[in-house]
Amino acid sequence: MPSDQPVPPADGLLLSARGLHKSFGDNHVLRGVDLDIAPGTVHALIGPSGSGKTTVLRSLNGLETPDAGTLRIGDLSLDFDRAIGRRERAALHRASAMVFQQHQLFPHLTVLGNATIGPIRVQGRSRDEATEAALALLDRVGLREKADAYPSSLSGGQQQRVGIVRALALQPSMLLFDEPTSSLDPELVGEVLAVMSELASEGWTMAVVTHELGFAHEVADRVSFFDGGVVVEQGSPEQVFEAPQHERTQRFLQRMRGPFGG
Amino acid sequence: MDWELIGSSIGPIVLGAIQGTIPLTAASFALGLTIAVLLALARISGVAVLSAVARAYISIIRGTPLLVQLFVIFYGMPQLGITLDPWPSAIIVLSMNVGGYAAEIIRAAILSIPRGQWEAAAMIGMPRGQALLRIVLPQAARVSVPPLSNTLISLVKDSSLCSLILVTELFRVAQRIAAPSGEFLLLYAIAGAIYWVICLVLAFGQDRLEGRLDRYAV
Ligand SMILES: Nc1ncnc2c1ncn2[C@@H]1O[C@H](COP(=O)(O)OP(=O)(O)O)[C@@H](O)[C@H]1O
Ligand SMILES: [Mg+2]
Repeated sequence: MPSDQPVPPADGLLLSARGLHKSFGDNHVLRGVDLDIAPGTVHALIGPSGSGKTTVLRSLNGLETPDAGTLRIGDLSLDFDRAIGRRERAALHRASAMVFQQHQLFPHLTVLGNATIGPIRVQGRSRDEATEAALALLDRVGLREKADAYPSSLSGGQQQRVGIVRALALQPSMLLFDEPTSSLDPELVGEVLAVMSELASEGWTMAVVTHELGFAHEVADRVSFFDGGVVVEQGSPEQVFEAPQHERTQRFLQRMRGPFGG
Repeated sequence: MDWELIGSSIGPIVLGAIQGTIPLTAASFALGLTIAVLLALARISGVAVLSAVARAYISIIRGTPLLVQLFVIFYGMPQLGITLDPWPSAIIVLSMNVGGYAAEIIRAAILSIPRGQWEAAAMIGMPRGQALLRIVLPQAARVSVPPLSNTLISLVKDSSLCSLILVTELFRVAQRIAAPSGEFLLLYAIAGAIYWVICLVLAFGQDRLEGRLDRYAV
């Protein structure tokens, strides 16, 4: 179970973003994104590539700073119309933990080192405690015997599961996934999605950018469809996948399902 | 072949390597790497003044002969009232020289580490300085091993120039024995052979180190 789950504020949401805008040069990538995530729920972010999903997710972790809008995670409130300081960005990093598309494990550290460096060096937990916690997490994703291996010796699916363990070890209040399976060989996708389903059923709050629509349909509580830097449509998986209201959603789903249905 | 001269000169020349060349090289390389890391960080700091100063330093070091640098410090500085002994002069100049060359190697190595590594470090909550020390520099060090090994091997050979500012190292010992005996060919060949052995040992060490570091090759 997620520990230290902050008490949800009055609106019952763990995360609430309003009017996020972001430009890279004159490329206006986010054009007013709203996002609400209730504690213990899985929110899937779907949409065509280039629609701004990654940028939103990175903004939630403080890896990108929106030009405008507001963001609240737990008891942390940020107004991007003002300049964001180092301390606020650090608080954002702390509030959530991210699993990257290209795992971004630290190649010079062992699997165990990857999972403990944050807890030990950043959070100041004792080595024994951090090691024990990390080994327990590795055990849960079936990688305990790989604790002393280096990331380069693992398969893509194993690397991504270590990425998940590294995120969990930080004891964040929510998890962010940016297409965690899109760079994997097809036969390795299942083992990663299985771990994610398990985390979802344990009550983790998760924001998941994914092209695995089957996974989103089955596991997500809410789905947001992105296009052109805005959330075009948002609802339960049943609403979005089975009765999409917007033409752009319908066309995207059709394209994803391919010419032969599916 | 003057076997007797060979026999009696090898000992002192090897001693010159052990007491001169090797400690001189080791100290200068260690100090030089420290200077290089600071210069590399100044170059990528994004602070215009720091970057410009580092760039000028590197340009001067790489654009002037090592021999001239040695002479400026050892024979030139006394005119400004700064008189240094041979050893400190040699260590200062050699380490400044290594600093200038290795700075570009280390800068390139730091820049070769993917941005995603900085981001993963930020994600786990590391401030930039800590990310540099614990995540980026260790990986950059791995990338730098081959080019820095070349720098070290060059340094071993370049240290022979310090004989000209009166440092008692391998080559100066050979010179001292050669002059009265007149056996220049023999003694300089012995000196060359010992440099070669030192460089072979270093190249062997480089191979071993690279092999060990390959465990976590990306
Ligand atoms: N760091 C960046 N610098 C410049 N442009 C960027 C950067 N990150 C993303 N973009 C641009 O922003 C747009 C949205 O990208 P992204 O958020 O990655 O979309 P998605 O994840 O939905 O594919 C793209 O046009 C992309 O080229
Ligand atoms: Mg993306």
